[in-house]
Amino acid sequence: MATVTFEGASRVYPGSERPAVDSLDLHIGDGEFLVLVGPSGCGKSTCLRMLAGLEPVDRGRILIGDRDVSDVAPSDRDIAMVFQTYALYPHMTVAENMGFALKIAGRPKDEIRARVQDAAEILDLTDYLDRKPKALSGGQRQRVAMGRAIVRSPQVFCMDEPLSNLDAKLRVATRAQIASLQRRLAVTTVYVTHDQVEAMTMGDRVAVLKDGILQQVDKPRAMYDSPNNMFVAGFIGSPAMNLLTVPVTGDGKAHLGDFELPLPRGAKLSGDQAAVGMRPENFSLTGAGHGVPVIVELVEELGSDAFLHGSVQDDAGSKDLIVARVNPQAPPAKGELIHLAPAPEHVLWFDPATGERVAG
Amino acid sequence: MDTTHKFITMFEAIGLFVAVVGVILFLASRFSGRKGDRIVALAFLLPTVLLISVGLVYPGLKTIYQSFYNAAGDAFIGFDNYSTIFGDSDQRTVLRNTVLWVVITPFIATAVGLLYAILVDKARVEALAKALIFLPMAISFVGAGIIWKFVYAFRPDQPGIEQIGLLNQILMWFGMAPKQFLIDTPLNTIFLIVVMIWIQAGFAMTVLSAAIKAIPEDIVEAARLDGVRAWGMFRYVTVPSIRPALIVVLTTIGIGTLKVFDIVRTMTGGNFDTSVVANEFYSQSFRSGNQGLGAALATLLFILVVPIVAYNVRQLRSSDER
Repeated sequence: MATVTFEGASRVYPGSERPAVDSLDLHIGDGEFLVLVGPSGCGKSTCLRMLAGLEPVDRGRILIGDRDVSDVAPSDRDIAMVFQTYALYPHMTVAENMGFALKIAGRPKDEIRARVQDAAEILDLTDYLDRKPKALSGGQRQRVAMGRAIVRSPQVFCMDEPLSNLDAKLRVATRAQIASLQRRLAVTTVYVTHDQVEAMTMGDRVAVLKDGILQQVDKPRAMYDSPNNMFVAGFIGSPAMNLLTVPVTGDGKAHLGDFELPLPRGAKLSGDQAAVGMRPENFSLTGAGHGVPVIVELVEELGSDAFLHGSVQDDAGSKDLIVARVNPQAPPAKGELIHLAPAPEHVLWFDPATGERVAG
Repeated sequence: MDTTHKFITMFEAIGLFVAVVGVILFLASRFSGRKGDRIVALAFLLPTVLLISVGLVYPGLKTIYQSFYNAAGDAFIGFDNYSTIFGDSDQRTVLRNTVLWVVITPFIATAVGLLYAILVDKARVEALAKALIFLPMAISFVGAGIIWKFVYAFRPDQPGIEQIGLLNQILMWFGMAPKQFLIDTPLNTIFLIVVMIWIQAGFAMTVLSAAIKAIPEDIVEAARLDGVRAWGMFRYVTVPSIRPALIVVLTTIGIGTLKVFDIVRTMTGGNFDTSVVANEFYSQSFRSGNQGLGAALATLLFILVVPIVAYNVRQLRSSDER
């Protein structure tokens, strides 16, 4: 077991000026499940590949435990990786796939067989040990890829979007399995995904990346409640947080249509505009003058929830859209004018010029 | 016939071909539906079947039939021609040479091609390096034979006479006596085989290089994480991944080698104990006037090629399934 530390680690791909990963500082605790999340091209996979040794570290360094592994060969880092495509060896059986690393390391046959057997039992693969990967379903292949990592009992697991090739239902089930398996094995895990739901549900902590720069690292709940900036606020949560850029008058009041929201004391804006962040679940229906006036354009009924999509009505003819969770038993009708009152304690304030959170 | 006339004839033939295809397509287009599909298929198959019957099946059967007849083709002699092939000492040399060709060429050519493909893979000069080794493929067997005849050329080792052959000149530089590469048996057969390897290695390299590039990058990376080094990568990842391509290359070169004729014909004419089955078949049929023995040799060649072709086709099919 070991910790993982990125110290100013950067990777610049040849022929590109902007670093794919820019001075990443990140400490991952022993046995921790850390999820790297971000939109595609944000550098999250590059981070993982740097840790695994598949990409060089151009600046800074990476430590596993106290050992600087920046220049250590991938096979000597004591890391196991689960690939998005699983990368199983097509000409080997499931058992051979899982035991391959041990075979290369020259371990005795009995030991390999025992360890493969143990991992197969954990993953419910005992009946498939003699099959070739092409004779397995997608979910089974995914488990073999997990098994190949487990058999090695490495210091760190690296997982690169291991669920993205599964169908939606299987993905949800496997998500829970991987998370509980990781808790049981207590192996430090770095998990890359573009899916913020996976990040929120699986990680002990979540790290959000954008354009190669770390935006925020925090526990899922804390990340949800107090995002550092507008990017994190918009990225975490589904449906996404409503972020409305609105004018702020001299008396410190933001204007959403004819509804006024007082800017919290101490919040400093660089201009005369503020970005108001409101989660869809933090609205209540109210009367005229007490909430944001909204024309209902669409209602999505999910059974347990209903989400209304509406356009904010103001004199300036703004086109701001707003999403709010409403009572699924009695959702408003399409075309209706309603008033949505945000719960003041849940409103977040951002400076639209810098994107940083200023209050709330 | 002068040149103009020849061209006119050629254009007439092409025009006739276009007309026939046009008529077939026109007739086929008039039928539709399930029954129509059958008729269309038939319309396209019939000419092919007809041509194969006239050009391949009938001569093939006729050759097998002839192989049981005497030199002039007028008396039935049973399996005598076949006993000659396996009994006569000259013919046994032919068989021995063919075995040497078929055993050595595919394996060496494939090994050279594979090694080369791995060495130049992702190198900066890959395209140029591959073009160089692929170039011999563009030369006809006869052309290659003539080139190598010069490489092996020998002049009597007397004062005042200079060697014009590349290899002998090199031997002279090292102070060694020039050798008669194409005359001293059995090494002369090996020197002929080198020419075939020179041609086929490029083919092997091209096919295998494509197969190596088709190995998913993920699998190579997974192997690196699993602790595999260069040799292990070759043994556990590269070779098993390209196994179907390897077998196709081996068998394709094997088939080509079994039928080798041009190289032997142009370089030694089958003299000095270098003849192979295909060359002997030609010599017996068209030089010595022994139709029966020639036909028997052709039949033997056919029998030897069939299993390799069958294996090749099966391998192609199973590699498609993967």
